[in-house]
Amino acid sequence: MPKRTDIQSIMVIGSGPIVIGQACEFDYSGTQACRVLRAEGFRVILVNSNPATIMTDPEFADATYVEPITPDIIEKIIAKERPDALLPTLGGQTALNAAVALHESGVLERYEVELIGANFDAIQAGENREKFKEIVAKVAAERGLNAESARSVICHTMDECLAGAEVLGYPVVVRPSFTMGGAGSGFAHDEADLRRIAGAGLDASPTTEVLLEESILGWKEFELEVMRDRADNVVIVCSIENIDPMGVHTGDSVTVAPAMTLTDREYQNMRDVAIAVIREVGVDTGGCNIQFAVDPATGRMIVIEMNPRVSRSSALASKATGFPIAKIAAKLAVGYTLDEVPNDITKETPASFEPSLDYVVVKVPRFAFEKFAGADQTLTTHMKSVGEAMAIGRSFPEALQKALRSLEKKGSQFSWTGPVAPKESLLAQMRVPHDGRLRTIQQAIRAGATLEELFDATKIDPWFLDQLFLIHEVATEIREFDGPTLKNAKEHGFSDVQIGEILGLEESRVRDLRHALGLRPVYNTVDTCAAEFAAKTPYLYSTYDEETEVPTGDRPKVIILGSGPNRIGQGIEFDYACVHASFELAAAGFETVMVNCNPETVSTDYDTSDRLYFEPLTLEDVLEVVHAEQATGPVAGVIVQLGGQTPLGLAQALKDAGVPVVGTPPESIHLAEERGAFGRVLAEAGLPAPRHGTALSVDEARTIAEEIGYPVLVRPSYVLGGAGMAIVYDDDTLTTYMGKAATDHPVLIDKFLDDAIEIDVDALYDGEELYLGGVMEHIEEAGIHSGDSACALPPITLGSFDIKRIRTATEAIAKGVGVRGLLNVQYAMAANVLYVLEANPRASRTIPFVSKATAVPLAKAAARVMMGATIAGLREEGMLPATGDGGTLPMDSPIAVKEAVLPFDRFRGVDIVLGPEMRSTGEVMGVDAGFGSAYAKSQQAAYGGLPTKGRAFVSVANKDKRAMIFPVKALAELGFEILATEGTAEVLRRNGVHAKIVRKQSDGPGADGEPTIVRRILDGEVDLIVNTPFGSPGQSGPRLDGYEIRTAAVLRGIACITTVQGLAAAVQGIQHIVRGDVGVRSLQEHAQRLRG
Amino acid sequence: MTALLVLEDGRVFEGAPYGAVGETYGEMVFNTGMTGYQETLTDPSYHRQIVAMTAPHIGNTGVNDEDPESGRVWVAGYVVREPARVHSNWRANRSLDDYLREQGVVGIAMRGTRALTRHLRERGAMRAGIFSGGALPPVPELVEKVRRSPEMTGADLAAEVATTEAYVVPAIGEKRFTVAAVDLGIKGMTPHRMAERGCEVHVLPATVTAEALLALDPDGVFFSNGPGDPAAADHAVETLRKVLDAGKPFFGICFGNQILGRALGLGTYKLRYGHRGVNQPVQDRRTGKVEISAHNHGFAVDAPLDGPFDTPYGRAEVSHVNLNDDCVEGLRLLDRPVFSVQYHPEAAAGPHDAAYLFDEFCEVMGA
Repeated sequence: MPKRTDIQSIMVIGSGPIVIGQACEFDYSGTQACRVLRAEGFRVILVNSNPATIMTDPEFADATYVEPITPDIIEKIIAKERPDALLPTLGGQTALNAAVALHESGVLERYEVELIGANFDAIQAGENREKFKEIVAKVAAERGLNAESARSVICHTMDECLAGAEVLGYPVVVRPSFTMGGAGSGFAHDEADLRRIAGAGLDASPTTEVLLEESILGWKEFELEVMRDRADNVVIVCSIENIDPMGVHTGDSVTVAPAMTLTDREYQNMRDVAIAVIREVGVDTGGCNIQFAVDPATGRMIVIEMNPRVSRSSALASKATGFPIAKIAAKLAVGYTLDEVPNDITKETPASFEPSLDYVVVKVPRFAFEKFAGADQTLTTHMKSVGEAMAIGRSFPEALQKALRSLEKKGSQFSWTGPVAPKESLLAQMRVPHDGRLRTIQQAIRAGATLEELFDATKIDPWFLDQLFLIHEVATEIREFDGPTLKNAKEHGFSDVQIGEILGLEESRVRDLRHALGLRPVYNTVDTCAAEFAAKTPYLYSTYDEETEVPTGDRPKVIILGSGPNRIGQGIEFDYACVHASFELAAAGFETVMVNCNPETVSTDYDTSDRLYFEPLTLEDVLEVVHAEQATGPVAGVIVQLGGQTPLGLAQALKDAGVPVVGTPPESIHLAEERGAFGRVLAEAGLPAPRHGTALSVDEARTIAEEIGYPVLVRPSYVLGGAGMAIVYDDDTLTTYMGKAATDHPVLIDKFLDDAIEIDVDALYDGEELYLGGVMEHIEEAGIHSGDSACALPPITLGSFDIKRIRTATEAIAKGVGVRGLLNVQYAMAANVLYVLEANPRASRTIPFVSKATAVPLAKAAARVMMGATIAGLREEGMLPATGDGGTLPMDSPIAVKEAVLPFDRFRGVDIVLGPEMRSTGEVMGVDAGFGSAYAKSQQAAYGGLPTKGRAFVSVANKDKRAMIFPVKALAELGFEILATEGTAEVLRRNGVHAKIVRKQSDGPGADGEPTIVRRILDGEVDLIVNTPFGSPGQSGPRLDGYEIRTAAVLRGIACITTVQGLAAAVQGIQHIVRGDVGVRSLQEHAQRLRG
Repeated sequence: MTALLVLEDGRVFEGAPYGAVGETYGEMVFNTGMTGYQETLTDPSYHRQIVAMTAPHIGNTGVNDEDPESGRVWVAGYVVREPARVHSNWRANRSLDDYLREQGVVGIAMRGTRALTRHLRERGAMRAGIFSGGALPPVPELVEKVRRSPEMTGADLAAEVATTEAYVVPAIGEKRFTVAAVDLGIKGMTPHRMAERGCEVHVLPATVTAEALLALDPDGVFFSNGPGDPAAADHAVETLRKVLDAGKPFFGICFGNQILGRALGLGTYKLRYGHRGVNQPVQDRRTGKVEISAHNHGFAVDAPLDGPFDTPYGRAEVSHVNLNDDCVEGLRLLDRPVFSVQYHPEAAAGPHDAAYLFDEFCEVMGA
């Protein structure tokens, strides 16, 4: 059946900010969908609040709305754009929930918008667990299949939960309905657990519904990725097996594709069930994911759940197989059938087939527990990882070891040096699933554990455990440097670093010896068909095998190094920059080569670059890719500045190895990052920096602190995302900090500027001219990591004189450092002095935001500058504006506000107070004519919005009391009832705000049972919380009170403002919402206005 | 200890012995299935073929007593990349390595299975030998040995793999039909699929005469899959013609499809490297629907794809076609209950998408 001609315009909803459980896989799927739909001639209307996505680039849709994904805003867009159809299956649970809401409120019907790709009943059937169980039972009975559901009870109240658990017997699994990433689910081992988990689950579920289920902990876990078209053709794209058995969320599990431990009978039964279920559910067209558990002792199979949409697993499956699920789902949604869609990779065969893999794919999760002190680090059914890396090898050991080194995390790889913990303690440790459990197992093997002991402790399938023994045996054979041993080790995925560690040799020495033996990897193609047909799309992975398949070319090549697994501080923004560079350089006539190992991204879509290497971003792996590319044609340059700290960290070593690194030279990068050298650059330019020093010991640190005066900002050198950064107010805290800091890296100590305005600048420099991309003013004061701070562009309180100073300073730094490409500088303005905090000669996290807010593609321009273009030339081409830049935006420019999104709801018990260490996972943008409405939109997009009425609770630190008065007064005038703790209430009353005093948590309930503020928050009596922290972390008293208030706010999902600047912005936002002057405007219209 | 895989064009791959040690010869083919090695090994159609698995890890689920498709391993040799050291499955009772040794199957575990597949894809199927154990003669001598081994083209092999005695697979539940199934290399799942649908299946030797077959007065006649060159299977073609003359409903699978093609006067030819795997898209031209299907064939029927054509038994058409290469995957007579497919609706290993063909066979027998 060919393309539908009865629809002309399609709305696509994205997934909003990057959060745990919903990351850039939906940018990948959404970008593919938009590209396909536009290529098919449809008018595409896109809604996504996340500016860091590639899909929200104006060129991927006809009308791009970076607006909150809420029913009322989407309705406004629908009313304006009048799309014929809505495709909701490519934007994760967020898009699906929005579509359900629009359907239920009658908006879709009112505006005659057809839901395509899934229908409402199918969404309900897939998501409603009771209905789903009926479906499983029905297909099993009708078709005689081995399939059932776990025994379970649906509950809507705590009493029902308690009764249900009695019937099923503890432990029980608690799963709230309609939440994403398994939010709010967990194992309850007893009644106390149940009350806690089910209580939160009932709250988290939009339908106040949780499911209690029999425990299938320790069973094998599998997933199938299924596609169906409207002619009822169904294919299984990929099977995925979780190495971690049931009990660990699949997003937190180490997973393998294809499934490794199924016989054909079991696999085909699973396939039959999957197909029967999606037919019964009624998924019309598109991709679905269906999960199974298998009892290893009896083969009893339970169907866990299905997602009637593209998911994180489908992104993984697409990368694992070369079968682009989202792209094909979009084609199927507009009427094509699978046999009408060609397989891109072979070009000759259709998409109506099932990929066959002659390699093994391993995905490993990346966690960020170090950022969340106090968070429970046990892996459960509640997803906690912030990113993932994928690797491909011709065997499981090769793929696994490549995946572990792709994590780029100290201690993630297997190691055979150093002391081994006692076997018993390792076995005890691995009984509880945790980050790095495979390494714990590997260490236990070193300590003499047997396969039976390991199986008993982990229930990981013996086949996988034996593969770990195999890796161990290969390692123990590495005793001296001989060809066959080394070859064997490389075939089992050992890195030069690992081999060097075992032999006591430097990595470079191992590499030289290896090359002397002629031992290099070959590159095989991901071809969907196990080499049955020739592949036309070069998507390659390294392996120590026989034949290399790198095609030859004659155009000059540019190799772009990506950013690896998402982590806090290094996420989608860097992928955005890499993808832009690739698109732009391809257009400029280069052959583009991408290297990356993050399966969620657009950069690892084989469609993005001329060639994709799915490889770890380590020096060894990158050097081999460069070598392979140089062997088939000239390499014009390697770009390291766009993928964040990961590639930047390789710059010097690559250059030393003779690789043509383009853009800002590694020496200049060092100049910006090394304190002393950068200090000299600033001194020469006459730019002040906060007083600072570098300490290697406690004594040094105390001397420096005394010299420059408290408070001081301390941090290890060479970090991204402010890891390990803290503001220190006294000697004792400093001593503790230095004790914990690693001693092999110096600690930087800066004077901390209280009450400063922080300013972020992104600029482009070609050696001659500076293009000021954008000047962003942080809403929160200095001291809060720029990644976690909201900011406004154009700056809301800086005048043209300030911007002129910023421009001059930025130019001096760019020149002094020797930048060729992008430069990010952070300034603090205090007492009318502009201090330089730091400069990073690379793409920053704010590049996509600035590009969208100013309608200038900065990353593209940067890529061109790195390859030799000038800013003058780019102005002439029209890529950059003919005159002016991001510092000269017109007075009446719309205001764009970026707000960070923090994952505190995933890490219960962690203090949500913002600080110098970055903890946000994603961001949103709100854009409107004025600051208030733009800020309101950003809050709506990030957290669901600001309240416009009800009770506001205010409790602030003494230093904030002055600044609080005016905005709180405004809140009261807006009709809010004001609650406050005693000290705050006193100040407010003196200023004419009638604040009602409430009891602090530390006061306990009153004599007549008056509840404390925490109780009132938990009981849902408070709508807005303003709480700025005071006292030192870890102290009892006021700081602890604040902590408990903020924790309660997270539990109830109540807006909680922790800075006084944020309060002022919020009040402006609320005023705008109340006045109702929040409009919608597409980026295309925005660009038209800014650039004409 | 090393093992060598030697191709007739002189290409040599080195590896370690797997299964039995010794030497073996056969036609070199590759199979792209990621599951079902036990079914593959015991499929009689692989007689005289050395099978290379493109999936790297083989043997992970061991061997059980339920999944074999016949009483023995038929492949002439086995090529894998990563044999399992430990197997894991609740039904397994021994390892694949032990099973192959017990069955005397010479194999090789070698790194270059993908290089081998690419070689065969470009150069076509060819003869090969696996050599292991003791001191091996120099490679040129081994290549000579391979070149002296028999070719697949022109080989009449059905009788070598088929049962010598007729036997009956009873209907499961109520008996509805009697089926005379000519064993040209039949897989165990095929009579099972019919028995599930109420067929009592009389499995007959490949050498059975049409007279003996028709004497059973079957409701339908079935010709199975099997090894060898259909162009050499004159006896089966003669038998089928008499069955068609007798007006019996007919269903054929794989080799059976090629025999029907020849009986209808069509030619057969050898594919460059065949279809062997469980992921092939076949379109049913009557409905337009696509089935993901199990394949194991090196030969195919040459029939017009552009519409019905005349045969001595009336008008016929190509009912199924492979979407990858437009290869003929099914034939049917328009006016008689006679049809066959080139692929494997009984699956084992493979998807069950084409199981409806057994229903259709029962329908025409009941009509």
